[in-house]
Amino acid sequence: MNRFEYVRPNSVADAVKALGVPGAQALAGGTNLVDLMKYDVAKPARVVDINRLPLRTIEETKDGGLKIGALVSNSDLAWDPRVVKRFPLLASAILAGASPQLRNAATTGGNLLQRTRCYYFYDPATPCNKRQPGSGCGAIGGVNRIHAILGASDHCIAVHPSDMCVGLAALDAAVHLEGPQGTRLLSFFDFHRLPGDQPECDNTMQPGELITAIEVPPSEFGDHHTYLKVRDRLSYAFALVSVAAALKLDGDVVAEARVALGGVAHKPWRDREAEASLCGRRADDTAFGLFADAVLREAKGQGQNTFKIELARRTIVRALRQAAAGTPQDQSHKTIRSGDRDASR
Amino acid sequence: MQSFRSQDIALTLSVNGVSHSLSVDPCVTLLDLLRERLLLTGTKKGCDQGQCGACTVLIGGKRFNSCLILAVTQDEASITTIEGLAEGDALHPLQAAFIERDAFQCGYCTPGQICSAVGLLNEGHAHSRAEIREQMSGNLCRCGAYTNIADAIEDVMYETTRAREAAE
Repeated sequence: MNRFEYVRPNSVADAVKALGVPGAQALAGGTNLVDLMKYDVAKPARVVDINRLPLRTIEETKDGGLKIGALVSNSDLAWDPRVVKRFPLLASAILAGASPQLRNAATTGGNLLQRTRCYYFYDPATPCNKRQPGSGCGAIGGVNRIHAILGASDHCIAVHPSDMCVGLAALDAAVHLEGPQGTRLLSFFDFHRLPGDQPECDNTMQPGELITAIEVPPSEFGDHHTYLKVRDRLSYAFALVSVAAALKLDGDVVAEARVALGGVAHKPWRDREAEASLCGRRADDTAFGLFADAVLREAKGQGQNTFKIELARRTIVRALRQAAAGTPQDQSHKTIRSGDRDASR
Repeated sequence: MQSFRSQDIALTLSVNGVSHSLSVDPCVTLLDLLRERLLLTGTKKGCDQGQCGACTVLIGGKRFNSCLILAVTQDEASITTIEGLAEGDALHPLQAAFIERDAFQCGYCTPGQICSAVGLLNEGHAHSRAEIREQMSGNLCRCGAYTNIADAIEDVMYETTRAREAAE
């Protein structure tokens, strides 16, 4: 680990000031940053410990949503009675990720800022355009079983590792930022970015900015949601493919559809055109299959990860069946629910 | 705002009920501080990456991977390690249950498993074996004692529930 200056501000204004120098990085739960520092992947000149900032509360918003402080732990968020009752998709996505110990430490803001778990990004002995711009990509033509099938570039095929963010993407969340230029509110969709020719930028935050809160608008999907995560072991592993799905049904017909994918791209993946085309159709396997085909029409495998295209197709269809049936996937009882509406009665 | 350029930063910690005033480099993890400064070697270093759970300790009654925490961030925290669970010769119920159920082989992951299980019971979100297994997934056991570990935790979980119901 490199030597660094340690700074401990007590206010958001002081934190923004402290972050306004090159090489400064905010430290919250530390579950990713400390790990990256041990590998010499992150080498901050200054570590700004933001744990004393007053950002640990979950507040009601006027429109019936929630404003979640950036330092609320993943555990506190997932088990908050309001989240359990009104945003079960978010609770489920959080509990599908990491382990209880990590969720106790990891924060809401930090979850958005975690880095990819691409093997090459983590290994300073190999080329990686995200870690060292211009050095090349080891994963293209290399070991790429876990890598992106959507939105990748010739410079980077890494995926964003979060589960929580996939839930937040489906819920149309927004990100509150505070920086040297003041405060701004960014839609969740615009927060993370695709790699393009600048894979070193995971998101659209400006230098010196700090996430202060995440806002989720009211959600009216009832039981018609699910978070379905497919991975190499049943718990405590990153997604090969995950799907957050939420539906509003008018009888048997889809009135609104939200589908976000994890494990497949540099950001939580949503396709609003495909979602719009699902509306007005009968909620059945035919429509779900056509929807999955539309979402994956430009999917591209890299060799070892090509299986993910078919895996994603099947996971989308199964997640939509679960959402339509009102039988969300349980994160403790691991059998994948059929989403068979007759069986659920 | 406090800023520290010097190598060492003053830190006060309560560990297993004993207060320590220390001076530590900001690079030092809580795990290394416990093991190398306070010589509390019950807490184990497995992967040192937050992947195995061997370093699990309780901070304010909640479980954390001590390998991923910089010690300087824990000023005035109250920490419990495996050494702090028994009361004299009286083992913590989970320690007794691990022995009763033969819930370990080599024992290296055991301190982390037991601290994690204490955290799990404190949280109160596990009510079945499936939930115990899911909520213990942050603790790996390379000997594969999982079945007996789940048995031990299940025993104490039901005992605790019965005791609580009897008291009500």
